[in-house]
Amino acid sequence: MNIMDYGWLGKLSWDSIVFSKLFTNFSVSEVVASTAGSIVIFATVAILFLLTWFRVWGTLWSVWLTSTDHKRIGIMYIVFALVMMTRGLLEGMVMRAQQAAAPDGFLYADHFAQLFSTHGTIMIFFVAVPFVVGLVNYVMPLQIGARDVAFPVLNQISLAITASSGILLMVSLVVGEFSTGGWSAYPPYTGTDFNPGVGPDYWIWAIVFSGAGTTLTGINFTVTILKCRAVGMGFFRMPMFCWTVLCSSILMIFAMPPLSVAALMLGFDRYLDFHFFTNDLGGNMMNYANLFWLFGHPEVYLLVLPAYGIFSEVFSTYSAKRLYGYKSLVFATMSIAVLSFTVWLHHFFTMGQSPTINIVFGIATMLIAVPTGVKVYDWMATMYRGRIRFTTPMIYSIGFLILFVIGGLSGVILANPTVDFQVHNTLFLVAHFHNVLIPGVLFGLLAGYNYWFPKAFGFRLDERLGKWSAYLWIVGFMLTFFPLYGAGLLGMPRRSFSYMDLTFKPYMLVAFIGAMVVLCALVTLILQLLVSLRDRKKNRVPVGDPWDGRSLEWSISAPAPSYNFAELPRVTDRDEFTETKEQGRAYQPPKVYRNIEMPRNNPLGFILCVLSGILMFALVWYIWWLALITALAIIVVVIASTFRWDSEQIIPASQVQQDTERWLELVKNTEPVGRDLENTPQNNGYAKLEH
Amino acid sequence: MSGNSSSISKPPSVDPGAIHKDPDMVIFGFWVFMMSDLIFFGVVFAIYITMIGATAGGPGPRELFDFGSLFAQTMLLLTSSLTVGIATITMKHQRSQGSFLFWVVITLLLGLGFLTLELYDFSEMAAKGGVPQRSGYLSAFFGLVPLHGLHVTFGCLWMLVMIVQVLMVGMTDLVKLRFLRLALFWHFLDLIWIGIFSVVYFGGWVYG
Repeated sequence: MNIMDYGWLGKLSWDSIVFSKLFTNFSVSEVVASTAGSIVIFATVAILFLLTWFRVWGTLWSVWLTSTDHKRIGIMYIVFALVMMTRGLLEGMVMRAQQAAAPDGFLYADHFAQLFSTHGTIMIFFVAVPFVVGLVNYVMPLQIGARDVAFPVLNQISLAITASSGILLMVSLVVGEFSTGGWSAYPPYTGTDFNPGVGPDYWIWAIVFSGAGTTLTGINFTVTILKCRAVGMGFFRMPMFCWTVLCSSILMIFAMPPLSVAALMLGFDRYLDFHFFTNDLGGNMMNYANLFWLFGHPEVYLLVLPAYGIFSEVFSTYSAKRLYGYKSLVFATMSIAVLSFTVWLHHFFTMGQSPTINIVFGIATMLIAVPTGVKVYDWMATMYRGRIRFTTPMIYSIGFLILFVIGGLSGVILANPTVDFQVHNTLFLVAHFHNVLIPGVLFGLLAGYNYWFPKAFGFRLDERLGKWSAYLWIVGFMLTFFPLYGAGLLGMPRRSFSYMDLTFKPYMLVAFIGAMVVLCALVTLILQLLVSLRDRKKNRVPVGDPWDGRSLEWSISAPAPSYNFAELPRVTDRDEFTETKEQGRAYQPPKVYRNIEMPRNNPLGFILCVLSGILMFALVWYIWWLALITALAIIVVVIASTFRWDSEQIIPASQVQQDTERWLELVKNTEPVGRDLENTPQNNGYAKLEH
Repeated sequence: MSGNSSSISKPPSVDPGAIHKDPDMVIFGFWVFMMSDLIFFGVVFAIYITMIGATAGGPGPRELFDFGSLFAQTMLLLTSSLTVGIATITMKHQRSQGSFLFWVVITLLLGLGFLTLELYDFSEMAAKGGVPQRSGYLSAFFGLVPLHGLHVTFGCLWMLVMIVQVLMVGMTDLVKLRFLRLALFWHFLDLIWIGIFSVVYFGGWVYG
């Protein structure tokens, strides 16, 4: 059927709505699908209702949606990531239940395939990436002593198109179906010959738009770090987190384009009958595999490097010691970033290259373990003879150290092509990458969430529930994924919706129990947030330094003022804030108060979020008139926004003076607390000098 | 706001919060964007190279390319790079707004001329059966060359907006800064075209 032959609503019809299948084909699988769809609808209605009930639309618009403040954008990224994580995690639960129930599962094969495709796509592109980007957005400009990122409106646009792509994925739960081709969406299976439905189209547009958002973010962060550091902050005085962010942002700039190209070419194949990756007429699927993993491998380092940065900050702060081996950590980070571009082929050792090529890429893969090993030793040496406080971020970090080494070692095993031939496409691989991504990336992000939360909101998170959650994540992770190593070695293929060989069954049952523990971890995480919100008065840390922090973000009030610093700092040391505290230079008023120029609020991001969302939906469903209108509208809106001449606002010196003096007065009246009382209500964010 | 590399602190009268207008940073940011765009092009180039010969029995470079028209396109685009350079120089030496606009309009016309010829070429190719649906090779061709053309179209649109803005508010710092980036972008497209000419057309003709 020609693509122009569709009517006003394109491919859309009543049968596209998920609930219609309940009537045509009543089954457990469809009930699960409809439940998921109704959760989306119910949650949307509930949120809209609550926003109206509490009359916060105005605040939402003027304080959040149109904000160009890097801190607010960062928080919105993280909220988005947590929402998506809840969905991704629940999908994981359903898949574990299905495999535990096999051979008598309750899902159709296609439904299971949609689950693993969305689970992977969501967890990588809509949880890990936005969570990383959110934390970086909040923390990095503060750490380098800047007022904002280099391009605040661009930052807003990045968030906008990432969010609209995520919303598109949510829509796919209700309207139509998602791709069954896995998160890597290999053609020709995802081509029109085998997949004429809308599933792969949902994947393509979500990836293209969110990928563009990530590329723009990479550009923004790179320029911010290279050009906006405070006076005196040489490269080797940057906090470790900023180094990892710099490397990760460079990876975004270089690694995202291959993904966009791959997804767009797949789109051309599907929409316009091109032959990039088709079986016939000269198409070449291997080009897709190469492009995808040319992105895919740097991507995992793009995610894990900032997590390494968070661990570095956490180990150093909670051991009350300078980070050990700073320069070796910097060089290790750089080496990993470079090496990450030389290993992509290990994702398809079995796809027919010569043994020589496989060996080259196998060795390159093993080499990455070396700088990573350097890092592990540096972190342990940082703790050595430090005054360690066993707080929530430290539990995540120590859990990471132990578990990540195991995951790394299973990676080295997989790097050997001969071994890989045996276990490729089995659950061994699934166990491996969850073993690096959960302890490596997720634990890092959750540690960072607990660590920086007081800075962002002015009160600490509940420590007891935080610890519970951390332990449950660790135990849940081990129970879920260690059995998969065993099942994989026994030969259980990944992505199987069922199996006949009952040898696998006990492994799947343990994994299912583990998944339940992970669910408890998520519930505790949410509970922790709710309890902390309830106790926010008790746990206030308005002075802003609850953990005796070492870098600049702790030197200002919590929450941070919109302009960050009343006077931009001059940096003399790597652990700048520790240095100023020890020399008694902390909490001083600026020599002179000046007007501060900051970017004004801008509705552009929100408008683009709506328009790009509609555009993607129209493209997925072949509603050409709508796609054309929204595409034109996007161009018009972007051009119109360049005619907005007064994009800056002035925060008057008097305002800055008033804020700062009030805060300094508060500092004066606050009792400094030692580290033993860190997690008690006595901690108002003023750290006592103890060494 | 000064970066570390050039750590000259600004005099106190200048507000240190005004980081968003720092020309150095804005231009640098655009270079970084072009770097990313270059990777985008580079990847598509790589795909094209692997697809040379994947004509599946359909028409190939020797049947489809018209080097006369390509020579004309190259001349138009290279000349437009020269004229956009002259426009930048008139801006730098603060010549009249009229002479600046004159060179911008010339550039715009050259760009449009290039696009017209390119579209004409595509239609000629289609008439000979050279459509992207025919083979992997032609898909790769039409993935790459129109991608450049799309960039040129975008550049032309940008130039139109610049002309309107100059007429509206004159040569303000912001307008100048935008034009500097446009000029960089235009030169960048020229470089890509040289790559396309050498790899896609010439390379395709030799190895296809």
